[in-house]
Amino acid sequence: MFRRLETGARGRVTVNVDGRPVEMEEGANLAAALLEAGFSPFRTTPASGAPREPYCMMGVCFDCLAIVDNVPNRQTCLERVRAGMTVEIQDGAAAVAKAEEEL
Amino acid sequence: MRSTQWAVIGGGIVGAAIAYGLARAGEKPLLLDEGDVAHRAARGNLGNVWVQGKGAALPPYADLSRRAANDWAAFAEELEKVTDIDVHFRRPGAFFLCFSPEELEKRGAMMARLNDAATVKSRFEVLEGDELRRRLPAAGPALAGAIFSPDDGTANPLRLLRALIQGTVALGGEYLPCRRAENITFTGNGVEIATAMGSVRAERVVLAAGLGNARLAPLLGLDAPVRPVRGQILVTEKVRPFLDCGTNFVRQTVEGGCVFGESSEEAGFDEGTTLPVLRETAARAVAAFPLLRHVQVVRAWGALRIMSPDGAPIYQQTQDGRAFLVSVHSGVTLSSFHAGPLVETLMGEGFSTPAYHPFSPERFHVQAA
Repeated sequence: MFRRLETGARGRVTVNVDGRPVEMEEGANLAAALLEAGFSPFRTTPASGAPREPYCMMGVCFDCLAIVDNVPNRQTCLERVRAGMTVEIQDGAAAVAKAEEEL
Repeated sequence: MRSTQWAVIGGGIVGAAIAYGLARAGEKPLLLDEGDVAHRAARGNLGNVWVQGKGAALPPYADLSRRAANDWAAFAEELEKVTDIDVHFRRPGAFFLCFSPEELEKRGAMMARLNDAATVKSRFEVLEGDELRRRLPAAGPALAGAIFSPDDGTANPLRLLRALIQGTVALGGEYLPCRRAENITFTGNGVEIATAMGSVRAERVVLAAGLGNARLAPLLGLDAPVRPVRGQILVTEKVRPFLDCGTNFVRQTVEGGCVFGESSEEAGFDEGTTLPVLRETAARAVAAFPLLRHVQVVRAWGALRIMSPDGAPIYQQTQDGRAFLVSVHSGVTLSSFHAGPLVETLMGEGFSTPAYHPFSPERFHVQAA
């Protein structure tokens, strides 16, 4: 379904996607790379639990949210692939875990 | 030309509540609204059904707010029955957060004085910092305490607006958008309202056009000395529930987003945001609830309150009962009142009844006092 317009220009790096290592092109659009890797769904909605994937690919629809490097609700269409980054599904509303530990 | 018995000008929460009440009472009101681009306090506000401290300068306003809040649960239930829309009304009480012992003491004393002056009593407790943090574990160390009242609640203003308009239509009224009232004139036994999409004739008209009332009221010999007071609000990503009660400036919605804002500025009709105010608002929200430090803001906006000189409602009518004026900044809290008792008054004896005297704009005329 997805065809890359430019190939081989950049190096390959490893990204941890839901606990498994996936090779991606460094600097690529993260949402696009995740789609190519078959990551699905990106998130489930807090309101109804419905599964979601990228829709607008330009930072508007907030449907491509995922947990990136332990930060919840990141818009993956606005992120680039970096070596060693981690991506997890955003399951419903975000936890505010760090703060809860402090309390 | 369209003609009707009742026309309501203004499709915000105030006008829609009145139109809904009229439709429920068996009338066929026409609800005239502007288009998408309009000053919409209904879409910009925090969504509190708020009682605490209201009416400090005008005890009848305290009674009005308290009765309205007490009627809200039945009102929300009825709206859901008519429209299938849950307006997310909750009434677990709310905290007025205080950052210094002096503020807490002053606020507590004001609440006690207000309760003495009001006819409808409201319960409240003054909580010191540690007691507050025991009741509300997310509260931060910067808080000196809070006033808690179980009489306050919260609702989703967007759902409320939609339910009121949908309910008006379901009960036999009509919603007409893109009909900004350009002019209103007395004609025959009623009034004629000129809009860009034609004129509407009505036997009786209710002005509920928010800030637009200042322009429309004089056309009918009425008086709406209201001015815009801007508030700036931020909303965060949705996070898991940590705040089930209301507070005076932070509300967590049922879906999990946190809405916060408390600024009050004289900025004319400018609905924009400014960095200093957003920064201060965010800093106070984080001081109150430190866990918000890790939560991302997704949007911010400015909205204009409809403010009278003393902050209390203005209810007025022409002597012949053809035109009524409703100007309030507290449209969410008072919506149960506007749809119920106020509509009964409109259809009955009118605002000349003594209960409405404290809300006449004559109170602003120094010479008359």
